[in-house]
Amino acid sequence: MLIKARINDEWREADVWPGASLLFFLRETLGLVGSKNACEQGECGSCSVWLDGELVCSCLVLAAQAHGHEVRTVEALATDDRLHPVQEAFIQTGAVQCGFCTPGLIVAVADLLEHDPRPSETIIREALAGNLCRCTGYAKIIDAVKIAAGRMQK
Amino acid sequence: MHVLLPRTLEEALEMKASAPPAVPIAGGTDLMVELNFDRTRPQAIMEISRLPELNVWRRENGTFSLGAGVPYSRIVRDLTEFRPLVEASRTVGSPQIRNRGTVGGNLGTSSPAGDALPVLAAYDAEVVLAKAGGKIRRLPFAQFMTGPKKNALAPDELILGTRWKVVRGPGSFSKIGTRNAMVIALASLCLVLDEDGRSVRVALGSVGPTILRAPDAESFAARAMETAGVWRDPFGPLPTRVIEEFGERVAAAAKPIDDVRGTAAYRRHACAVLAQRALRWALDDRKLTGAR
Ligand SMILES: Cc1cc2nc3c(=O)[nH]c(=O)nc-3n(C[C@H](O)[C@H](O)[C@H](O)COP(=O)(O)OP(=O)(O)OC[C@H]3O[C@@H](n4cnc5c(N)ncnc54)[C@H](O)[C@@H]3O)c2cc1C
Ligand code: FES
Ligand code: FES
Repeated sequence: MLIKARINDEWREADVWPGASLLFFLRETLGLVGSKNACEQGECGSCSVWLDGELVCSCLVLAAQAHGHEVRTVEALATDDRLHPVQEAFIQTGAVQCGFCTPGLIVAVADLLEHDPRPSETIIREALAGNLCRCTGYAKIIDAVKIAAGRMQK
Repeated sequence: MHVLLPRTLEEALEMKASAPPAVPIAGGTDLMVELNFDRTRPQAIMEISRLPELNVWRRENGTFSLGAGVPYSRIVRDLTEFRPLVEASRTVGSPQIRNRGTVGGNLGTSSPAGDALPVLAAYDAEVVLAKAGGKIRRLPFAQFMTGPKKNALAPDELILGTRWKVVRGPGSFSKIGTRNAMVIALASLCLVLDEDGRSVRVALGSVGPTILRAPDAESFAARAMETAGVWRDPFGPLPTRVIEEFGERVAAAAKPIDDVRGTAAYRRHACAVLAQRALRWALDDRKLTGAR
Protein backbone atom coordinates (compact mmCIF):
# COMPACT_ATOMS: atom_id res chain seq x y z
CA MET A 1 0.00 0.00 0.00
CA LEU A 2 1.17 3.51 -0.75
CA ILE A 3 1.98 5.47 2.39
CA LYS A 4 2.54 9.19 2.33
CA ALA A 5 3.66 10.92 5.51
CA ARG A 6 5.36 14.13 6.47
CA ILE A 7 8.66 13.00 7.90
CA ASN A 8 11.03 15.54 9.41
CA ASP A 9 9.22 18.34 7.55
CA GLU A 10 9.33 16.66 4.18
CA TRP A 11 6.52 14.70 2.48
CA ARG A 12 7.75 11.21 1.69
CA GLU A 13 5.90 8.39 0.01
CA ALA A 14 6.61 4.75 -0.60
CA ASP A 15 4.93 1.44 -1.08
CA VAL A 16 4.93 -0.99 1.87
CA TRP A 17 3.25 -4.21 2.91
CA PRO A 18 -0.04 -3.17 4.64
CA GLY A 19 0.96 -4.94 7.87
CA ALA A 20 4.31 -3.12 8.15
CA SER A 21 5.15 -0.99 11.18
CA LEU A 22 6.12 2.65 11.03
CA LEU A 23 9.58 1.55 12.18
CA PHE A 24 9.93 -0.76 9.19
CA PHE A 25 8.69 2.02 6.89
CA LEU A 26 11.28 4.46 8.28
CA ARG A 27 14.25 2.10 8.31
CA GLU A 28 13.77 -0.37 5.50
CA THR A 29 11.80 1.71 3.03
CA LEU A 30 13.02 5.27 3.55
CA GLY A 31 16.51 4.46 4.79
CA LEU A 32 16.11 6.48 7.99
CA VAL A 33 18.09 4.08 10.15
CA GLY A 34 18.48 6.33 13.21
CA SER A 35 15.50 4.70 14.91
CA LYS A 36 16.61 1.23 15.99
CA ASN A 37 14.86 -2.09 15.96
CA ALA A 38 15.69 -4.08 19.06
CA CYS A 39 12.54 -5.79 20.30
CA GLU A 40 9.56 -4.94 18.08
CA GLN A 41 7.30 -5.26 21.11
CA GLY A 42 7.31 -1.87 22.77
CA GLU A 43 9.65 -2.91 25.58
CA CYS A 44 12.91 -1.16 24.75
CA GLY A 45 12.08 2.27 23.32
CA SER A 46 14.96 2.20 20.84
CA CYS A 47 12.48 2.94 18.03
CA SER A 48 11.04 6.07 19.73
CA VAL A 49 9.81 8.82 17.39
CA TRP A 50 7.17 11.55 17.52
CA LEU A 51 3.87 10.94 15.75
CA ASP A 52 1.88 14.18 15.52
CA GLY A 53 4.06 15.48 18.36
CA GLU A 54 3.50 12.51 20.69
CA LEU A 55 6.30 10.23 21.80
CA VAL A 56 5.58 6.71 20.54
CA CYS A 57 7.29 3.40 19.81
CA SER A 58 7.34 3.31 16.02
CA CYS A 59 7.38 -0.49 16.10
CA LEU A 60 3.87 -0.38 17.59
CA VAL A 61 2.42 2.00 15.01
CA LEU A 62 1.10 0.54 11.78
CA ALA A 63 2.76 2.44 8.92
CA ALA A 64 -0.75 3.06 7.56
CA GLN A 65 -1.63 4.89 10.80
CA ALA A 66 0.97 7.51 9.90
CA HIS A 67 -0.52 8.02 6.44
CA GLY A 68 -1.17 11.74 6.04
CA HIS A 69 0.47 12.51 9.39
CA GLU A 70 3.53 14.13 10.85
CA VAL A 71 6.50 12.06 12.03
CA ARG A 72 9.67 13.43 13.61
CA THR A 73 12.65 11.13 14.10
CA VAL A 74 16.04 11.38 15.81
CA GLU A 75 17.49 12.51 12.46
CA ALA A 76 15.64 15.82 12.88
CA LEU A 77 17.41 16.83 16.09
CA ALA A 78 20.84 17.89 14.84
CA THR A 79 21.09 20.76 12.38
CA ASP A 80 23.78 20.82 9.66
CA ASP A 81 26.73 21.51 11.90
CA ARG A 82 25.26 21.48 15.39
CA LEU A 83 24.19 18.63 17.59
CA HIS A 84 21.09 18.97 19.77
CA PRO A 85 21.94 19.86 23.41
CA VAL A 86 20.72 16.42 24.51
CA GLN A 87 23.10 14.76 22.06
CA GLU A 88 25.97 16.92 23.27
CA ALA A 89 25.22 16.10 26.89
CA PHE A 90 25.17 12.35 26.15
CA ILE A 91 28.63 12.60 24.62
CA GLN A 92 29.94 14.72 27.47
CA THR A 93 28.87 12.36 30.27
CA GLY A 94 29.72 9.15 28.44
CA ALA A 95 26.10 8.08 28.31
CA VAL A 96 26.81 6.21 25.08
CA GLN A 97 28.49 2.81 25.11
CA CYS A 98 27.39 0.42 22.38
CA GLY A 99 24.98 3.16 21.30
CA PHE A 100 22.09 0.97 20.31
CA CYS A 101 19.67 2.48 22.83
CA THR A 102 20.98 6.00 22.28
CA PRO A 103 18.74 7.34 19.48
CA GLY A 104 15.61 6.23 21.33
CA LEU A 105 16.84 7.68 24.59
CA ILE A 106 17.81 10.98 22.95
CA VAL A 107 14.30 11.28 21.50
CA ALA A 108 12.67 10.35 24.83
CA VAL A 109 14.85 12.85 26.72
CA ALA A 110 14.17 15.62 24.18
CA ASP A 111 10.45 14.89 24.57
CA LEU A 112 10.71 15.02 28.36
CA LEU A 113 12.54 18.36 28.31
CA GLU A 114 10.03 19.84 25.88
CA HIS A 115 7.27 19.07 28.40
CA ASP A 116 9.20 19.58 31.63
CA PRO A 117 12.32 21.77 31.33
CA ARG A 118 13.38 21.11 34.96
CA PRO A 119 12.57 17.49 35.74
CA SER A 120 13.43 16.01 39.13
CA GLU A 121 15.39 12.77 39.17
CA THR A 122 12.21 10.82 39.99
CA ILE A 123 10.47 12.35 36.99
CA ILE A 124 13.48 11.57 34.78
CA ARG A 125 13.47 7.93 35.86
CA GLU A 126 9.76 7.59 35.32
CA ALA A 127 9.91 9.31 31.92
CA LEU A 128 12.66 6.96 30.74
CA ALA A 129 11.05 3.78 32.07
CA GLY A 130 10.28 2.69 28.52
CA ASN A 131 13.87 2.94 27.27
CA LEU A 132 16.20 0.07 28.08
CA CYS A 133 19.97 0.28 28.07
CA ARG A 134 22.03 -2.87 28.50
CA CYS A 135 25.39 -1.11 28.87
CA THR A 136 25.53 2.06 30.89
CA GLY A 137 23.62 1.31 34.07
CA TYR A 138 21.69 4.55 33.45
CA ALA A 139 23.68 6.79 35.83
CA LYS A 140 25.47 8.63 33.01
CA ILE A 141 22.22 8.93 31.09
CA ILE A 142 20.54 10.63 34.03
CA ASP A 143 23.55 12.93 34.44
CA ALA A 144 23.21 13.82 30.75
CA VAL A 145 19.54 14.70 31.16
CA LYS A 146 20.38 17.09 33.99
CA ILE A 147 23.16 18.76 32.00
CA ALA A 148 20.98 19.10 28.92
CA ALA A 149 18.14 20.56 31.01
CA GLY A 150 20.52 23.15 32.45
CA ARG A 151 21.85 24.15 29.02
CA MET A 152 18.44 24.33 27.40
CA GLN A 153 17.26 26.74 30.14
CA LYS A 154 19.76 29.32 28.99
CA MET B 1 -3.89 -8.14 3.82
CA HIS B 2 -5.32 -4.67 3.40
CA VAL B 3 -5.94 -1.67 5.62
CA LEU B 4 -9.28 0.11 5.92
CA LEU B 5 -9.15 3.80 6.77
CA PRO B 6 -12.62 4.99 7.85
CA ARG B 7 -12.97 8.68 8.69
CA THR B 8 -16.05 8.48 10.89
CA LEU B 9 -17.58 5.97 13.26
CA GLU B 10 -20.47 5.49 10.87
CA GLU B 11 -18.10 4.59 8.05
CA ALA B 12 -16.21 2.26 10.37
CA LEU B 13 -19.40 0.45 11.43
CA GLU B 14 -20.49 0.11 7.80
CA MET B 15 -17.12 -1.42 6.97
CA LYS B 16 -17.43 -3.77 9.94
CA ALA B 17 -20.88 -4.82 8.74
CA SER B 18 -19.64 -5.63 5.24
CA ALA B 19 -16.27 -7.10 6.29
CA PRO B 20 -16.59 -8.46 9.84
CA PRO B 21 -13.16 -10.11 9.89
CA ALA B 22 -11.46 -6.69 9.72
CA VAL B 23 -9.49 -6.32 12.95
CA PRO B 24 -9.61 -2.84 14.48
CA ILE B 25 -6.36 -1.19 15.49
CA ALA B 26 -6.45 1.64 18.04
CA GLY B 27 -3.17 2.33 19.86
CA GLY B 28 -1.71 -0.85 18.40
CA THR B 29 0.19 -1.64 21.60
CA ASP B 30 -1.30 -5.14 21.75
CA LEU B 31 -2.11 -5.81 18.12
CA MET B 32 1.23 -4.68 16.63
CA VAL B 33 3.14 -7.11 18.82
CA GLU B 34 0.99 -9.91 17.42
CA LEU B 35 1.61 -8.67 13.88
CA ASN B 36 5.34 -8.12 14.31
CA PHE B 37 5.79 -11.64 15.64
CA ASP B 38 3.62 -13.23 13.00
CA ARG B 39 1.13 -14.50 15.56
CA THR B 40 -1.77 -13.10 13.59
CA ARG B 41 -2.36 -12.41 9.91
CA PRO B 42 -5.79 -10.79 9.59
CA GLN B 43 -7.25 -10.37 6.11
CA ALA B 44 -7.90 -6.75 6.92
CA ILE B 45 -7.01 -4.22 9.58
CA MET B 46 -9.19 -1.21 10.29
CA GLU B 47 -7.50 1.92 11.61
CA ILE B 48 -9.72 3.47 14.31
CA SER B 49 -7.21 5.44 16.39
CA ARG B 50 -8.38 8.82 15.12
CA LEU B 51 -12.13 8.31 14.93
CA PRO B 52 -13.41 11.49 16.60
CA GLU B 53 -16.44 9.72 18.12
CA LEU B 54 -14.16 7.40 20.13
CA ASN B 55 -11.83 10.11 21.38
CA VAL B 56 -14.27 11.88 23.68
CA TRP B 57 -15.81 11.69 27.13
CA ARG B 58 -19.11 12.97 28.41
CA ARG B 59 -20.95 13.56 31.69
CA GLU B 60 -24.68 12.99 31.70
CA ASN B 61 -27.21 12.66 34.58
CA GLY B 62 -24.65 11.47 37.09
CA THR B 63 -22.94 9.07 34.67
CA PHE B 64 -19.61 9.33 32.93
CA SER B 65 -18.91 7.94 29.46
CA LEU B 66 -15.34 7.34 28.35
CA GLY B 67 -14.67 6.88 24.64
CA ALA B 68 -12.83 3.68 23.70
CA GLY B 69 -10.07 5.64 21.94
CA VAL B 70 -8.93 7.97 24.72
CA PRO B 71 -5.26 7.14 25.42
CA TYR B 72 -4.00 6.60 28.96
CA SER B 73 -1.84 9.74 28.91
CA ARG B 74 -4.93 11.89 28.39
CA ILE B 75 -6.77 10.11 31.19
CA VAL B 76 -3.84 10.80 33.51
CA ARG B 77 -3.74 14.46 32.49
CA ASP B 78 -7.43 15.31 32.24
CA LEU B 79 -9.57 12.91 34.26
CA THR B 80 -8.05 13.46 37.71
CA GLU B 81 -11.51 13.24 39.28
CA PHE B 82 -11.40 9.45 38.75
CA ARG B 83 -8.46 8.60 40.93
CA PRO B 84 -8.45 4.79 40.64
CA LEU B 85 -8.66 5.08 36.85
CA VAL B 86 -5.81 7.59 36.79
CA GLU B 87 -3.68 5.42 39.08
CA ALA B 88 -4.30 2.39 36.88
CA SER B 89 -3.58 4.34 33.69
CA ARG B 90 -0.37 5.69 35.12
CA THR B 91 0.97 2.20 35.76
CA VAL B 92 0.43 1.07 32.17
CA GLY B 93 3.73 0.46 30.36
CA SER B 94 5.83 3.57 29.71
CA PRO B 95 5.12 7.08 28.40
CA GLN B 96 5.36 5.73 24.85
CA ILE B 97 2.78 3.02 25.61
CA ARG B 98 0.47 5.41 27.50
CA ASN B 99 0.50 7.90 24.61
CA ARG B 100 -1.00 5.22 22.35
CA GLY B 101 -2.71 2.57 24.47
CA THR B 102 -6.43 2.92 25.12
CA VAL B 103 -9.08 1.55 27.47
CA GLY B 104 -10.93 0.31 24.37
CA GLY B 105 -7.86 -1.74 23.47
CA ASN B 106 -7.58 -3.04 27.05
CA LEU B 107 -11.21 -4.19 26.77
CA GLY B 108 -10.62 -5.59 23.29
CA THR B 109 -7.70 -7.68 24.53
CA SER B 110 -9.51 -8.67 27.76
CA SER B 111 -6.37 -9.88 29.50
CA PRO B 112 -6.91 -10.68 33.20
CA ALA B 113 -3.85 -8.44 33.72
CA GLY B 114 -5.38 -5.45 31.90
CA ASP B 115 -4.90 -2.61 34.37
CA ALA B 116 -7.99 -0.60 33.45
CA LEU B 117 -10.26 -3.60 33.90
CA PRO B 118 -10.40 -3.94 37.72
CA VAL B 119 -11.29 -0.25 37.81
CA LEU B 120 -14.16 -0.73 35.37
CA ALA B 121 -15.32 -3.76 37.37
CA ALA B 122 -15.25 -1.81 40.65
CA TYR B 123 -17.05 1.13 38.99
CA ASP B 124 -19.83 -1.30 37.98
CA ALA B 125 -19.21 0.04 34.48
CA GLU B 126 -21.01 -1.10 31.40
CA VAL B 127 -19.30 -1.60 28.07
CA VAL B 128 -21.02 0.13 25.17
CA LEU B 129 -20.94 -1.73 21.86
CA ALA B 130 -22.20 -0.44 18.52
CA LYS B 131 -22.94 -1.81 15.11
CA ALA B 132 -24.15 -0.35 11.84
CA GLY B 133 -27.61 1.16 11.76
CA GLY B 134 -27.23 2.86 15.14
CA LYS B 135 -27.68 -0.37 17.10
CA ILE B 136 -26.20 -0.08 20.59
CA ARG B 137 -25.68 -2.82 23.19
CA ARG B 138 -24.72 -2.10 26.78
CA LEU B 139 -23.25 -4.95 28.77
CA PRO B 140 -22.25 -4.92 32.43
CA PHE B 141 -18.48 -5.40 32.54
CA ALA B 142 -18.82 -8.89 34.04
CA GLN B 143 -20.94 -9.97 31.08
CA PHE B 144 -18.57 -8.40 28.58
CA MET B 145 -15.38 -10.09 29.76
CA THR B 146 -16.04 -13.80 29.87
CA GLY B 147 -12.56 -15.32 30.29
CA PRO B 148 -8.87 -14.81 29.64
CA LYS B 149 -8.72 -12.91 26.32
CA LYS B 150 -12.40 -13.69 25.77
CA ASN B 151 -15.24 -11.23 25.52
CA ALA B 152 -18.74 -10.80 24.18
CA LEU B 153 -17.82 -8.45 21.32
CA ALA B 154 -19.56 -9.60 18.12
CA PRO B 155 -17.62 -9.61 14.83
CA ASP B 156 -19.72 -6.79 13.39
CA GLU B 157 -19.42 -4.57 16.47
CA LEU B 158 -17.00 -1.97 17.75
CA ILE B 159 -16.46 -0.93 21.35
CA LEU B 160 -17.73 2.65 21.63
CA GLY B 161 -16.54 3.04 25.17
CA THR B 162 -17.55 2.45 28.74
CA ARG B 163 -20.00 4.16 31.07
CA TRP B 164 -20.42 4.21 34.82
CA LYS B 165 -22.44 5.93 37.50
CA VAL B 166 -20.23 8.47 39.25
CA VAL B 167 -20.08 7.72 42.97
CA ARG B 168 -18.98 9.94 45.83
CA GLY B 169 -16.15 8.52 47.91
CA PRO B 170 -12.47 7.60 47.97
CA GLY B 171 -10.85 4.79 46.00
CA SER B 172 -7.55 3.51 44.69
CA PHE B 173 -5.86 1.13 42.29
CA SER B 174 -2.73 -0.76 43.21
CA LYS B 175 -0.63 -3.33 41.46
CA ILE B 176 2.11 -5.76 42.42
CA GLY B 177 4.93 -6.52 39.99
CA THR B 178 8.67 -6.86 39.83
CA ARG B 179 9.27 -3.24 38.76
CA ASN B 180 7.58 0.11 39.26
CA ALA B 181 7.05 0.54 35.53
CA MET B 182 6.67 -1.59 32.41
CA VAL B 183 5.36 -4.51 34.33
CA ILE B 184 2.50 -6.95 33.88
CA ALA B 185 0.58 -7.16 37.12
CA LEU B 186 1.11 -10.21 39.29
CA ALA B 187 -1.92 -9.09 41.23
CA SER B 188 -3.88 -5.86 41.14
CA LEU B 189 -6.75 -4.43 43.10
CA CYS B 190 -9.21 -1.60 42.81
CA LEU B 191 -11.22 -0.49 45.82
CA VAL B 192 -14.03 2.05 45.67
CA LEU B 193 -16.18 3.33 48.55
CA ASP B 194 -19.66 4.55 47.68
CA GLU B 195 -20.60 7.02 50.41
CA ASP B 196 -24.21 7.39 49.37
CA GLY B 197 -24.87 3.69 48.84
CA ARG B 198 -22.73 2.89 51.92
CA SER B 199 -21.07 0.12 50.01
CA VAL B 200 -17.53 -1.10 49.46
CA ARG B 201 -16.49 -2.49 46.09
CA VAL B 202 -13.36 -4.49 45.38
CA ALA B 203 -12.13 -5.94 42.09
CA LEU B 204 -9.04 -8.09 41.52
CA GLY B 205 -6.87 -8.40 38.42
CA SER B 206 -4.33 -11.06 37.41
CA VAL B 207 -5.54 -13.57 39.99
CA GLY B 208 -8.16 -15.44 38.00
CA PRO B 209 -9.42 -16.17 34.49
CA THR B 210 -11.25 -12.86 34.49
CA ILE B 211 -11.54 -9.82 36.75
CA LEU B 212 -13.02 -10.94 40.07
CA ARG B 213 -15.19 -9.03 42.50
CA ALA B 214 -15.14 -10.03 46.17
CA PRO B 215 -18.82 -9.76 47.19
CA ASP B 216 -18.41 -11.48 50.54
CA ALA B 217 -15.56 -9.17 51.57
CA GLU B 218 -17.47 -6.17 50.23
CA SER B 219 -20.57 -6.74 52.33
CA PHE B 220 -18.47 -7.71 55.35
CA ALA B 221 -16.62 -4.37 55.24
CA ALA B 222 -19.76 -2.33 54.63
CA ARG B 223 -21.52 -3.98 57.57
CA ALA B 224 -18.52 -3.59 59.85
CA MET B 225 -18.37 0.10 58.98
CA GLU B 226 -22.06 0.38 59.77
CA THR B 227 -21.65 -1.35 63.13
CA ALA B 228 -18.68 0.84 64.04
CA GLY B 229 -20.55 3.98 62.92
CA VAL B 230 -17.75 4.81 60.50
CA TRP B 231 -20.02 5.72 57.60
CA ARG B 232 -21.42 8.61 59.69
CA ASP B 233 -18.24 9.51 61.53
CA PRO B 234 -15.04 9.04 59.55
CA PHE B 235 -13.06 9.35 62.79
CA GLY B 236 -14.91 6.48 64.42
CA PRO B 237 -12.35 3.67 64.81
CA LEU B 238 -12.70 0.50 62.77
CA PRO B 239 -11.12 -2.43 64.67
CA THR B 240 -7.83 -3.60 63.16
CA ARG B 241 -9.25 -7.11 63.17
CA VAL B 242 -11.92 -5.96 60.69
CA ILE B 243 -9.31 -4.73 58.27
CA GLU B 244 -7.38 -7.99 58.60
CA GLU B 245 -10.46 -10.08 58.06
CA PHE B 246 -11.39 -7.94 55.07
CA GLY B 247 -8.00 -8.80 53.54
CA GLU B 248 -8.53 -12.50 54.25
CA ARG B 249 -11.98 -12.46 52.66
CA VAL B 250 -10.69 -10.62 49.57
CA ALA B 251 -7.88 -13.18 49.23
CA ALA B 252 -10.47 -15.97 49.48
CA ALA B 253 -12.22 -14.55 46.40
CA ALA B 254 -9.06 -14.88 44.27
CA LYS B 255 -8.63 -17.86 41.95
CA PRO B 256 -4.94 -17.59 41.23
CA ILE B 257 -2.69 -19.99 39.35
CA ASP B 258 1.05 -20.66 39.38
CA ASP B 259 2.77 -19.20 36.33
CA VAL B 260 6.11 -17.72 35.24
CA ARG B 261 5.34 -14.48 37.03
CA GLY B 262 4.51 -15.93 40.42
CA THR B 263 2.88 -18.64 42.46
CA ALA B 264 -0.77 -18.91 43.36
CA ALA B 265 0.09 -18.72 47.05
CA TYR B 266 2.04 -15.49 46.61
CA ARG B 267 -0.76 -13.98 44.54
CA ARG B 268 -3.35 -14.82 47.18
CA HIS B 269 -1.16 -13.30 49.87
CA ALA B 270 -0.67 -10.19 47.71
CA CYS B 271 -4.45 -9.79 47.41
CA ALA B 272 -4.82 -9.71 51.19
CA VAL B 273 -2.05 -7.13 51.57
CA LEU B 274 -3.39 -4.93 48.74
CA ALA B 275 -6.91 -5.11 50.14
CA GLN B 276 -5.87 -4.10 53.65
CA ARG B 277 -3.77 -1.21 52.35
CA ALA B 278 -6.52 -0.01 50.04
CA LEU B 279 -9.11 -0.04 52.82
CA ARG B 280 -6.77 1.83 55.18
CA TRP B 281 -6.03 4.44 52.51
CA ALA B 282 -9.74 4.91 51.87
CA LEU B 283 -10.50 5.29 55.57
CA ASP B 284 -7.68 7.82 55.93
CA ASP B 285 -8.92 9.75 52.90
CA ARG B 286 -12.35 9.98 54.49
CA LYS B 287 -10.78 11.54 57.58
CA LEU B 288 -9.14 14.21 55.41
CA THR B 289 -12.24 14.96 53.38
CA GLY B 290 -14.77 14.42 56.18
CA ALA B 291 -16.58 11.74 54.17
CA ARG B 292 -17.53 14.35 51.60
C1 LIG C 1 5.62 -2.65 26.40
C2 LIG C 1 4.18 -2.82 26.75
C3 LIG C 1 3.77 -2.63 28.06
C4 LIG C 1 2.44 -2.79 28.42
N1 LIG C 1 2.09 -2.58 29.71
C5 LIG C 1 0.79 -2.74 30.07
C6 LIG C 1 0.41 -2.52 31.43
O1 LIG C 1 1.22 -2.17 32.29
N2 LIG C 1 -0.91 -2.69 31.74
C7 LIG C 1 -1.84 -3.06 30.80
O2 LIG C 1 -3.01 -3.18 31.12
N3 LIG C 1 -1.49 -3.27 29.53
C8 LIG C 1 -0.20 -3.13 29.14
N4 LIG C 1 0.15 -3.35 27.84
C9 LIG C 1 -0.87 -3.81 26.90
C10 LIG C 1 -1.58 -2.71 26.12
O3 LIG C 1 -0.83 -1.51 26.11
C11 LIG C 1 -2.97 -2.40 26.68
O4 LIG C 1 -3.76 -3.56 26.68
C12 LIG C 1 -3.69 -1.29 25.91
O5 LIG C 1 -4.82 -0.88 26.64
C13 LIG C 1 -4.11 -1.70 24.51
O6 LIG C 1 -4.73 -0.60 23.88
P1 LIG C 1 -4.47 -0.27 22.33
O7 LIG C 1 -5.35 0.87 21.97
O8 LIG C 1 -3.04 -0.10 22.05
O9 LIG C 1 -5.00 -1.63 21.68
P2 LIG C 1 -4.79 -2.26 20.22
O10 LIG C 1 -3.51 -3.01 20.18
O11 LIG C 1 -5.03 -1.24 19.17
O12 LIG C 1 -6.02 -3.27 20.23
C14 LIG C 1 -6.07 -4.35 21.14
C15 LIG C 1 -7.24 -5.25 20.80
O13 LIG C 1 -8.47 -4.57 21.00
C16 LIG C 1 -9.20 -4.46 19.79
N5 LIG C 1 -9.81 -3.13 19.81
C17 LIG C 1 -9.19 -1.95 20.09
N6 LIG C 1 -10.07 -0.94 20.10
C18 LIG C 1 -11.27 -1.48 19.78
C19 LIG C 1 -12.59 -0.95 19.63
N7 LIG C 1 -12.86 0.35 19.80
N8 LIG C 1 -13.59 -1.79 19.28
C20 LIG C 1 -13.35 -3.13 19.13
N9 LIG C 1 -12.14 -3.69 19.28
C21 LIG C 1 -11.11 -2.88 19.61
C22 LIG C 1 -8.20 -4.69 18.68
O14 LIG C 1 -8.80 -5.22 17.54
C23 LIG C 1 -7.24 -5.66 19.34
O15 LIG C 1 -7.77 -6.96 19.27
C24 LIG C 1 1.49 -3.17 27.45
C25 LIG C 1 1.88 -3.34 26.13
C26 LIG C 1 3.21 -3.17 25.77
C27 LIG C 1 3.63 -3.35 24.34
S1 FES D 1 11.93 -1.82 18.92
FE1 FES D 1 10.19 -0.66 19.40
S2 FES D 1 10.26 -0.66 21.56
FE2 FES D 1 11.84 -2.04 21.07
S1 FES E 1 24.68 2.01 25.33
FE1 FES E 1 24.45 -0.09 24.82
S2 FES E 1 22.36 -0.40 25.17
FE2 FES E 1 22.64 1.55 25.93
